Amino acid sequence: MSLPIYMDNNSTTRCDPRVVESMLPYFVEQYGNAASRNHSFGWQAEEAVENAREQIGSLIGSSPKEIILTSGATESNNLAIKGVAGMYRKKGNHIITCVTEHKAVLDPCKRLERDGFAVTTLPVDSYGLIDLNELESAITDKTILVSIMMANNEIGTLQPAAEIGQICKRKGVLFHTDAVQAAGKIPVDVEAMGIDLLSLTAHKLYGPKGTGALYVRRKDPRVRLDAMLDGGGHERGMRSGTIAVPGVVGLGTACAIARKELPVESNRLHELRNRLHEGISSRLDHVSLNGHPTRRLPGNLNLSFGFVEGEGLMMGIKDVAVSSGSACTSASLEPSYVLKALGVGDELAHSSIRFGLGRFTTQEEVDYVINDVVRAVNHLRDMSPLYEMHRAGIDLSTVQWTGH
Amino acid sequence: MAYSSKVLDHYNNPRNVGSFDREDPNVGTGVVGAPECGDVMKLQIKVNSTSGLIEEAKFKTFGCGSAIASSSLATEWLKGKSLDEALSIKNTEIVEELALPP
Repeated sequence: MSLPIYMDNNSTTRCDPRVVESMLPYFVEQYGNAASRNHSFGWQAEEAVENAREQIGSLIGSSPKEIILTSGATESNNLAIKGVAGMYRKKGNHIITCVTEHKAVLDPCKRLERDGFAVTTLPVDSYGLIDLNELESAITDKTILVSIMMANNEIGTLQPAAEIGQICKRKGVLFHTDAVQAAGKIPVDVEAMGIDLLSLTAHKLYGPKGTGALYVRRKDPRVRLDAMLDGGGHERGMRSGTIAVPGVVGLGTACAIARKELPVESNRLHELRNRLHEGISSRLDHVSLNGHPTRRLPGNLNLSFGFVEGEGLMMGIKDVAVSSGSACTSASLEPSYVLKALGVGDELAHSSIRFGLGRFTTQEEVDYVINDVVRAVNHLRDMSPLYEMHRAGIDLSTVQWTGH
Repeated sequence: MAYSSKVLDHYNNPRNVGSFDREDPNVGTGVVGAPECGDVMKLQIKVNSTSGLIEEAKFKTFGCGSAIASSSLATEWLKGKSLDEALSIKNTEIVEELALPP
C-alpha cells in the first residue's frame, strides 16, 4: 500500500492500464483521421471508432448509431439541453430539472432562462430524491425536456430513473439523464428506463479525461438536436470536429471492461464502502450519512462529522485524497449546494467529507483511512469550541453567534 | 491549495489549546464566528492583576487550517503583552507570518 491514498473516484478515476494500452496504437502507428474516406489510415481509425461506439452502446443498451462522441460530459450535457431547447423551441419553452444536478446541467439551464426559457428546478427530500408526483404535476404542454441525473456525484443518491422515464413517455416529454456517475457502476438500460438522451464521460470510468459521449435516441421518438459546434457535420450533423480517436478508443475499452466487471466490482465496492462506514461510525460519535442509505452508488460515502470543519479535517488526513462539501474547498465561499438542498444545514455541510472508492481501492487502504479519520477527528474535536460546548450540555442551536 | 509549513506546524502541534475557567476574574473570553460560516474561534486570555500583562492565552477553533493556525499563533503573540499592545496586533500581520492563502 502506498501513500497518498486516492479516495476521490467521484471526482476522477485513474486510467485502467488496459484502457491506456488499447489507446497507444492510435498515437504513433494508426494515427489516421476517422473522417478520411480515401485511405487505409482513415479506414483503420474509422473502424476503431465504430468499434468503440459499439462498446459504449452496449454499456447502456443502445445501438452504436445512437452514440455521439464529445469532449466529455460537460459538452454532452450542454449539447443535450441547449440542443433540445433550440430544436424544439416552437413546441414549447419549459424545461424541468432538479436542484442537485451538476453545474454542467444547471448552468446551461440558467443560460436558457436568460434566453426566454422557463426552468422548473425540483426540490429533493433529505436523501436527495425527487418526488415523482411533483415531477408529474410540473409537466405542462409547454414542457420539452426533463433533465434529472441518474446518480449524484456528491452524495451518491440514485434517482428513480425508470419511473421518471415512464412519466416522461406518458406525457410525451424528452428525458435526458446525466449518467456520469452511474454508467459502469450500476446497470443502465436506455430502453427499459425510457431514456431519450444520456451523458457519460470516460474519466469517471477509468478512462482518459477529454472524451465523453451523448446517447441520442433514434427511434420512438427520433430525437433531433441543434448542434453547438458547426464545421463539417460530423456525428450525424450533431457535433462537428475531428474525432479524438485515441480518447474514443479508450472510452470504448473502459465501457467494455466496466460492463464485464460491473457485477463483481459493484459488490466488492459495496462491501468496502460499508466497511469504511462501519469502521468510522463505530469509533466516533456524531457522524451522519449524507444521501440515501441504500439507494446509492456502491463506492460513494459522504459523511458529516459534527463539531469539526471539513477542510481542517482533510488537512488532518493529508495522505488521503478525498473531497469536502466545505466552503473553504470550493472556489466560491459557499458550502455545497447539494448538501444544502438536502436540508443538512450549513454547519454539517461544512463538516462533510466525500469518500469515493474505486476499482483500485484496497481493503488495506480502507483500514488505513478508518484509523486516520478517527485520529484526525479526535484531534480536531480536542481543539473545537463547539465540541466543548456540546460536552458541557449546551444546545448549539440556542447560541447567539457573533459574525465577523 | 498548499499551506505553508508554519500553518501545518500549528495545525499538527497547536500551541495553547484549551480553556480557562470563565468565572475567573482575570480571564477574558471572546467567541467570534458562527458554525454556518464555517469558522468559530474562542480566544481566552489570563491577565496578571499586578502587571496588567497577558500571562497566558488559550484557544479553541472550529474551522479550516488557516483558522486553526491563526488562532494558535495569536495565542503565542498575546503572551507577555499588555492589553494595549495586544489590541494593536493586526490580522494582516498574522496572514503575513503564516503566508496564508488569499
